[in-house]
Amino acid sequence: MKRLKVFGSLVKDSLDTITHGSKKYHLWMALLTFVMLAGMYCYSIQLEHGLSVTGMTDRVSWGLYISNFTFLVGVAAAAVMLVMPTYVLKDIDFKQAVLIGEGLAVAALIMCLAFVIADMGGPSVLWHMIPGIGVFNFPNSMLTWDVLVLNGYLFLNITIPFYILFRHYQGKEAKRSVYIPGAILSVFWAVAIHLVTAFLYQGLQARPFWNNALLGPRFLASAFAAGPALIILVLAIIRNFTEFKIQDKTIKKIAMVVTVAAQINLIMLISELFKEFYAPTHHSESAYYLFFGLDGKDALLPWIWTAIPLNVLATVLLTFHKLRNNFKVLFFCCFILFVAIWIEKGFGLIVPGFIPGPYGKIAEYMPTGIEIGVTLGIWALGAFVFTILAKTAIGIELGKLKYKKK
Amino acid sequence: MSSNNNKKWFSLNIGRKEKTSSGSCSCGKSSGGCGGSSNAHHMTNEAFTEAAINASIGEERTKDGFEQVFDVKMDRRSAFKKLTASLLIGAGAVSTSCSVISGDESKEKAQIDWEEQFKGNYKLMTDKEKEATVDRLVRSYQLRTGKNISMSSKNAEEDVLFGYAFNISKCQGYMDCVNACVEENNQDRNSQMQYIRIHEMKDGKGFNFNEADDNYYHEVPAQGHFYMGTQCFHCDNPPCVEVCPVQATWREDDGLVVVDYDWCVGCRYCMAACPYDGRRFNWSKPEVPESEINHNQHYLGNRMRKKGVMEKCTFCVQRSRAGKNPACVEACPTGARIFGNLLDPDSTIRWVLENKKVFRLKEDLGTEPKFWYFMD
Repeated sequence: MKRLKVFGSLVKDSLDTITHGSKKYHLWMALLTFVMLAGMYCYSIQLEHGLSVTGMTDRVSWGLYISNFTFLVGVAAAAVMLVMPTYVLKDIDFKQAVLIGEGLAVAALIMCLAFVIADMGGPSVLWHMIPGIGVFNFPNSMLTWDVLVLNGYLFLNITIPFYILFRHYQGKEAKRSVYIPGAILSVFWAVAIHLVTAFLYQGLQARPFWNNALLGPRFLASAFAAGPALIILVLAIIRNFTEFKIQDKTIKKIAMVVTVAAQINLIMLISELFKEFYAPTHHSESAYYLFFGLDGKDALLPWIWTAIPLNVLATVLLTFHKLRNNFKVLFFCCFILFVAIWIEKGFGLIVPGFIPGPYGKIAEYMPTGIEIGVTLGIWALGAFVFTILAKTAIGIELGKLKYKKK
Repeated sequence: MSSNNNKKWFSLNIGRKEKTSSGSCSCGKSSGGCGGSSNAHHMTNEAFTEAAINASIGEERTKDGFEQVFDVKMDRRSAFKKLTASLLIGAGAVSTSCSVISGDESKEKAQIDWEEQFKGNYKLMTDKEKEATVDRLVRSYQLRTGKNISMSSKNAEEDVLFGYAFNISKCQGYMDCVNACVEENNQDRNSQMQYIRIHEMKDGKGFNFNEADDNYYHEVPAQGHFYMGTQCFHCDNPPCVEVCPVQATWREDDGLVVVDYDWCVGCRYCMAACPYDGRRFNWSKPEVPESEINHNQHYLGNRMRKKGVMEKCTFCVQRSRAGKNPACVEACPTGARIFGNLLDPDSTIRWVLENKKVFRLKEDLGTEPKFWYFMD
């Protein structure tokens, strides 16, 4: 009973916190709300007319939604790079970052699920996927695995920080024996969500571009670069706008993680390119389309040739200690790395998988305005969720939010 | 009566309950009568009731009180049935009590819609449930358009495995098969959905799909070209079935790979998994002019589809299970298409497979299509 009372008080206090803030904060939330509403309007059009309002066709049947889904699974998985050092290796420098990282994972996972639902032809019959009342094709379909691991990871990432914050809210220290097992489990789980998502594509013998053993590992490497890069950017913003003191040391340590992951990612990229282009076979055509265009069709060239130089530039800059430890350079690198991997893991991976088609047909894909509107709406939703979570978490950690403070 | 009594050896039956049915049926099947044998017609009323009870509760009857309470098997289907039943009761109560002004027809419509929304997967339905959903769909069509259709829920027949062969030296690219297919299967006219693609290939270049044209608008046959048709190949080991997260697509016993349109959630994973470009998606609401609708339908075949679901060639299940050729085979003016039962040694398809040089596409993928190409 007492716990329930504390919980009620926490909900009330956090509602109080998230509805109060500076002018900039209100503007930010208003902007997000507006984008979300616009996205919902676009989605209502899609519900009305079906997926024909998107740029997808029978030839390229997955597009912007699944691209973003794939990328965001990686961002969600990246929280593990903070969780492991803090909870398992007891590295206290990460302690302040970890709640932010987990909040980011929750926001990313909610976005993932939203993207999957937006991509469904029949959202009204999605209950067919709920085990028990539906019919789950487990273990055959990788998509069912994905549903399980994503929701499981979401559960872990909500419960662990919630427990810690709930204790701190009451002015108590969180018990290690309670959250450590969950934290260790989430380390493995994070790897699982991204590997399973990679297997979703990797297992299709019909699509040679995806059907390659490096896909899974490369997913992980790029995720552990892009995710922490985003966390650094978010920490930088939090440092600027709140009293939450994040030490330079913490950011520098995360930067190290980003650097190593980006280097590994680059090595794997070179390995992939070597295989595709040194002795090209029939299977290299998708890669040819992506990097050089096929038969005069070259819609993806500007994208990939933006991504590759940004990726290389960021990795090279990060490699030098002097540059990496300069925060201006670091933030710039994190930003371009994030953009580069978003393009590579999204557009650069999903779309060429379908081009050329099973019989060599080259049909290009271009997202429509409605598709972009829904996508922006979902990103805004993610930012909204994250802002709420972060504001509450920071309030509790700073001691501003406390049970029976008044 | 029981088949156990015919055994020529002795065996200990410890803890094994004999499954004897008191009905006249001795084949041991729990549903659907005895494999087409004629004694099904001579069943007395009593025997029929007995068999029906047997079919519905099955082994529950042989259990004692303790087992009935504590060892009730709750498989997905029965769990689903129970859930649906309770939902239906609630819905029925709500719809009858709340709507005073609405007429009987709209009440019936609402009832049908509700039952259709929450029905189970066709693959897991009993024959009775299959009939019920087919009846509902027919009635719903009647209520909406005032017209009658006939819809079948015929299951695969025993000792039938369908196969298809395509003669690449005979096909001239007339596309009659494509048009017949669209008309037969009620495909969406707006998006010009077609299950069959005819690839025009240059002579002397082999099967070079990259340089082939599957969307030509000139006079055929074009000089120096040959034609090759592709459609769903009804694989023995279909990748599309493996990946479906909700088992909305599966391979029937006669080899047809089918889709339950009402169970499909529209994720298009099967489409990405198909190496033969055999699947189509309804990106918008499919529309067929009322006058062109084919009223002879099968649940798994050419019944009307909705937006956001997958569909595909079913070898015209509504025709092939009625002993006819698919529409494409019938329409082909050159006789390039051969269809038949692979298990029937006297069928044309068997003759082709035994006497012609045949090959299959992308054999290295191990999907074992039941679709062969050959030449004269």
